[in-house]
Amino acid sequence: MSEIRKCQVLIIGAGPGGYVAGIRAGQLGLDTIIVEKYKAGGVCLNVGCIPSKAIIHAAERFESLKKHSSEVGHMGLSVDGNANLDMAGLTSWKDNIVNKLTKGVESLLKGAGVELVIGFAKFTDSKNCIVETKNGLINIEAENVIIATGSSHIDLPFMPCDEEFILSSTGALSLNKLPKSVAIVGGGYIGLELGCAMTKLGSEVTVIEGLDTILSIMDKEIRRPLELWLKKNKVIIHTNALARGAEIKGKGASRKVHINFDKNGENTSLKVDKVLVTVGRRPNSKGWGLENMGVRMDASGNFIRIDRQCRTSAPGVYAIGDVAGEPMLAHKASAQGEMVAEIIAGKNREFDKIAIPAIVFTEPEIVSVGLNPDEAKERGEKIIVGKFPLAANGRALTLEAEKTGGFIRVIARESDHVILGIQAVGSHVAELSGEFVLALEMGALLEDIADTVHAHPTMTESFHESVLKTLGHAIHSA
Amino acid sequence: MTKYEFKLPDIGEGVVEGEIVAWHIKIGDLVKEDDEIVDVMTDKATVTIPSPVNGNVLSLSGDIGDMVAVGTTLISFDVNDSGESEGDSETITTPEKVVASESIDTPEQVVISTPVVIPKSVVPSIPIDREVRSSNNIAKGSVLASPAVRRRAREAGINLVNIIGSGPAGRVQHADLDLNIATKGTVSGNLPSIIKIKRENITEVKVVGLRRKIAEQMVLSKRTIPHFSYFEEIDVTQLEELRLILNSSKDDSQPKLTYLPFIMMALSKILPEHPECNARFDDQVNIVKRFGGVHLGIATQTERGLYVPVVKHVETRDIWGSASEMQRVSGAARNGNASLDELSGSTFTITSLGRDGGLGATPIINHPEVAILGVHKARDMPVVRDGQITIRRIMNVSSSFDHRVVDGADGAALIQHLKRMLESPALIFM
Repeated sequence: MSEIRKCQVLIIGAGPGGYVAGIRAGQLGLDTIIVEKYKAGGVCLNVGCIPSKAIIHAAERFESLKKHSSEVGHMGLSVDGNANLDMAGLTSWKDNIVNKLTKGVESLLKGAGVELVIGFAKFTDSKNCIVETKNGLINIEAENVIIATGSSHIDLPFMPCDEEFILSSTGALSLNKLPKSVAIVGGGYIGLELGCAMTKLGSEVTVIEGLDTILSIMDKEIRRPLELWLKKNKVIIHTNALARGAEIKGKGASRKVHINFDKNGENTSLKVDKVLVTVGRRPNSKGWGLENMGVRMDASGNFIRIDRQCRTSAPGVYAIGDVAGEPMLAHKASAQGEMVAEIIAGKNREFDKIAIPAIVFTEPEIVSVGLNPDEAKERGEKIIVGKFPLAANGRALTLEAEKTGGFIRVIARESDHVILGIQAVGSHVAELSGEFVLALEMGALLEDIADTVHAHPTMTESFHESVLKTLGHAIHSA
Repeated sequence: MTKYEFKLPDIGEGVVEGEIVAWHIKIGDLVKEDDEIVDVMTDKATVTIPSPVNGNVLSLSGDIGDMVAVGTTLISFDVNDSGESEGDSETITTPEKVVASESIDTPEQVVISTPVVIPKSVVPSIPIDREVRSSNNIAKGSVLASPAVRRRAREAGINLVNIIGSGPAGRVQHADLDLNIATKGTVSGNLPSIIKIKRENITEVKVVGLRRKIAEQMVLSKRTIPHFSYFEEIDVTQLEELRLILNSSKDDSQPKLTYLPFIMMALSKILPEHPECNARFDDQVNIVKRFGGVHLGIATQTERGLYVPVVKHVETRDIWGSASEMQRVSGAARNGNASLDELSGSTFTITSLGRDGGLGATPIINHPEVAILGVHKARDMPVVRDGQITIRRIMNVSSSFDHRVVDGADGAALIQHLKRMLESPALIFM
């Protein structure tokens, strides 16, 4: 052993869970080391949330540019010639954003006095690990360990990703050339977000989904505008369809993927440029010595079992983020990371969040916070529901956000008007989500929102109106 | 249908009428034999009358507070329709007891075990947990509170479940926590906002039953008797010593002595020398009956109100006997099973507020008696003895006399005599 290091807090993984835990631990004066095998920022910053949003934004730009071409002249605006896509240029623009953010995270960690070790940690027991770095092995002994190893893309064994023809989301975010045709296996949020963006960029997209509906995490009413958009934009959806395999055939530029899938008992084959596999993510709980730590797993065996303070069954060992259970969302990981750092610093904290927002950046965007009407009813709540269309909101019209048929829906308990859930679908609605979550965390009643002045002209007015609608007296809707 | 008329029975001791205090049944109820049906209060006691039959209640006569004469029909029953014959009438239950609910429904504990639904896509062939997770923590009946309030509560070690929120829909606010913290958890409610919010509620309480009796008695006493009140302080230092000695040497069968038995013994000894004070005055016929026997009324606070059970012939009892008889009759009064006899016939009344004794009071004479003695809390006081300040145990007494038949000097003489006895307690036993 060349080096033995001791610290108060050792964090494994510098994703949105780990790096936030690290910064907070540093702020609290804890001697903290964070080990990251790749780059600070984790999946989220490097190959997830941020790069995908960059591509999605660019795709939206490209789509409107096309509308302003000289032939169409939408809004009375036109540019000469055609809008052209340089996929490699787009990818490098995206990479710049990613680099800026990951550098930012590194300097924040440094500023907080946290040591970032790039390398792969393997645990020998619950408090000791050996990190393989390019400069050799480092042995670290920690008083407290925060496991923030995140999750990985799930490969289909019969068609593993080669990132050339069969792509994971990582490959799809680093294309140098836009494929003419793409088959997306798995119609969940990752596949659909990328599918919408690629459609806007000009790919022909086919979605192969095993269940009887795409985006099954959202209810029928809220995903309806998305389904309409996909239909209008000629995205082909195969539901109840199971991918069986893929073959790469042809030579040179004409090499294509022949993807095979079963639908309604029939085997179908489809020829596409690329296949994108987005069938889900699995927690990174293997291959780094978790089994040596004496940490118990949850009932499914996939996730590390934690309590309300993110403690695992091993004393002084915490787990946060994707590896510690659903929902596998960056903002949950960050909130847990911040909390765990404070717990280690001796503060009395507990993960008592009322709601964790879920957002899907498709076209249109979909936000869900709290309970949807069915979930509320399943819990035995007597509810009142109000829905307000973006088409009746002035600002939405000026942004063309109403075009996708979006609305905001509020679910409240009938007896005391406590808001139980808020869903929204429509262009730009993701940015409205903060107020939704705040309403739930504050225990807001319909009247609290109704009596809050919402600025005109903004899309937030439509939340106000949907609350008024729930109370039975919306102003701009019958 | 067979009708059964239930008439107010003779409930003894020459009672001719009673006041309806509470109905335990209502029209349509299926009543079984021996179920409680009505509470009737007579001059001295409240009696709960059981049903003599099985049957359905057809009608009730009289509202709460009404006086009904013995022999009046109170209830008619249909005694054919007695439940067994009709399947569904089984479900008609006997009258519910009105019981104050123990506490407000406590909200369930906030649990975050099942977090949000996440967007993810999986094909069924992948061996991964596809459990659809509930998307949040808004459990029915969970505590409503802002994140800042929840954080403060956790840091203060307060479980929000135990706090009654004063905000809309029971939302726990900072003020609710402030109060809980300020009172070290003894107040979990919402006092601050009660103070701030105008209270418009008015509760109407019908003055019926015992309360009405008490009211009538008090008015009768105050209206007809010109009260002469007299106060004195008594040095009970020696009495306290004696009391402690007796209590430490008593056997288990003997009751623990308070000051009252000593006062009772002293009164029984001296009242023959003050016969004008141990009397009942019938002002209708202008006759004062002076009693040889000493029958001491002991004013007793009960859940239902003020009762005055009587210790008869105190002159025949020793201190232990007085103490245990006092305990017995006041216990009976408190439990509501004192007999008419135990509640009547006093010739002089003692009232003591015990721990809430205070400094002085103006006791109201228990009509038609002519004197009452109020006993206050004994406490150590600096007093002057032989030109020196010294600490003695001092007990105040307040007394009222019917000035029509007891002169001020006579009343004062009784109290001074009592004072001498209690200050030199050996005199009580000589």
